[in-house]
Amino acid sequence: MTSPTSRRPYGVKGAPYGFLLPATLLFALFFALPIGYAVWLSFRKMHVSGLGLGAGARSEVWAGAENYTAAFQDSELLNGALRVLGYGCVVVPVMLGLALLFALMLDSDRVRLAPFTRLAIFLPYAVPGVVAALLWGFLYLPDVSPFSFVLDRLGLPQPDLLDGGPLYLALSNIAVWGGTGFNMIVIYTSLRSVPAEVYEAAKLDGATPLQIALRIKIPMVAPSLVLTFFFSIIATLQVFNEPTTLKPLTNSVSTTWSPLMKVYQDAFGRNDIYSAAAEATLIAVVTLLLSFGFLRAANRRDKQEAAR
Amino acid sequence: MSTLAVREAAPAAGTTPGTTQGPGWRRRIALVPTLTLLLGAVYTLLPVAWVVIASTKSGHELFSTFTFLPGTGFTGNLRDLDAYRDGVYWTWMGNSALYAGIGALLSTAVSAFSGYALATYRFKGRETMFNVLLAGVLMPPVILAIPQYLLLAEAGLTDSYLSVLMPQILSPYGVYLARIYAAAAVPDDVVEAGRMDGASEWRIFTRIALPMMVPGMVTVFLFQFVAIWNNFLLPFIMLSDDEKFPLTLGLYTLLEQGSNTPALYTLVITGAFLAVLPLIVLFLVVQRFWSLDLLSGAVKS
Repeated sequence: MTSPTSRRPYGVKGAPYGFLLPATLLFALFFALPIGYAVWLSFRKMHVSGLGLGAGARSEVWAGAENYTAAFQDSELLNGALRVLGYGCVVVPVMLGLALLFALMLDSDRVRLAPFTRLAIFLPYAVPGVVAALLWGFLYLPDVSPFSFVLDRLGLPQPDLLDGGPLYLALSNIAVWGGTGFNMIVIYTSLRSVPAEVYEAAKLDGATPLQIALRIKIPMVAPSLVLTFFFSIIATLQVFNEPTTLKPLTNSVSTTWSPLMKVYQDAFGRNDIYSAAAEATLIAVVTLLLSFGFLRAANRRDKQEAAR
Repeated sequence: MSTLAVREAAPAAGTTPGTTQGPGWRRRIALVPTLTLLLGAVYTLLPVAWVVIASTKSGHELFSTFTFLPGTGFTGNLRDLDAYRDGVYWTWMGNSALYAGIGALLSTAVSAFSGYALATYRFKGRETMFNVLLAGVLMPPVILAIPQYLLLAEAGLTDSYLSVLMPQILSPYGVYLARIYAAAAVPDDVVEAGRMDGASEWRIFTRIALPMMVPGMVTVFLFQFVAIWNNFLLPFIMLSDDEKFPLTLGLYTLLEQGSNTPALYTLVITGAFLAVLPLIVLFLVVQRFWSLDLLSGAVKS
């Protein structure tokens, strides 16, 4: 430490840890600690003695797996998960299908107005989810909706977009609208990194643009499709803002519509942070299992492709 | 050096690919792609166009005139919004700017430190640290926010500016982007040359590496600015005093009250219009020197 020669290598060796210190501290305080606390809470419960009055009447005690058994048997949590599954089955394929389509179109020869349309399709990224849900919510609302107006003039029946089956489509549409642009940019960026020579040979052989897109471009961008698919699934599982914002406009969205809304409701609506913690832990574990399962499957496919 | 990567990526923003065609080919427009993209643009611009038009309508016009017919009430709506609870709307907008501005700045600094360390040093536990930080992306925000709230409540910090600001400083995606940009923009031999000259590691970072990383850091800043500006859940859980609300939460409470009193609809709509305006302007302004591709981690065209 005293002589400059001995301090030199120490400085280099310690430097990366120094640079990573702020991130590590923040991670410990705002990620690791809260997660650990949630897991701990999930094994606790409130014990009420007597009538629950007075200072010593309520105390926190060990609950074992009680909260988890309750969460597994909670039909509302399961229903929420099924609702989100149905919602995800619409959102993910439609959003990524559109993103891929637009990216391929942007990448095609002699396309006009590409800078304008690219920016326009990306624009919803800059619109907060709450505002997006609010805008579409008003467009769905029969009193002000242009769709209802047109259908009314044509003498056609006006479906209630904020109820029953259409509600899923209405919610899915908000997510598709908000997410297509970002995914389009990710896919388009990886399309542009494919060298032009790759297509030249196919063009000389007389391949149509459609054949080039299907046989060359899509397989080339498969890794970015895997990535966008992965992140879309995670975002879908976490849906919260859009149904919460639509709630004031319709009675069909309950306070427990999605599993995360149920967690919020249990923690702050019912003040049962222990059940909420157990449900939250359960959802986090399912998310992680799905993520790793998916990444492993994707890796295995990569290896198979490489081996061929 | 640092601007080179951006310059290379920049043409991607607009130019049509394919330069090998003859002059006859060049004049022909590819109809299907152009129309498909235009349809996409109509779809994405529709709600934005609606909110622009709806914000010009008075409460009466909103329910009586055709949706896409401009009204006459814009200045009246602005006045109503300004008068609502002594102009609390402007407080919300100021709060959003504060949370997003300061939060994104701190987040960019933390990402730059971490990304630079992960990209240029070989050290024990590097990949583990990177993977652990990245795993943060997988955590559903509600699952983090509820225990964060309970812990901050223990510290007496809930319902404060800090409670919204602090949890958003570390951004896993920001660290990921910063690592990619640092690896691409800062050559190892430049860092080595700095060491040969006897510069300290800190000095090498601030004087040599950081200027090279600027374009990437602008991206991290924008990404995080948008993420915090758009965040609803964290302030929803942390705050109860509406003087500290950001725009998203303010508009939500306005809508919640509005569901009983349609007279508030025009306020919500005008407020929503003004809420998207700053970010759209921000993106249009930075378009000149910054490419969208950078957002997905593109470093070269």
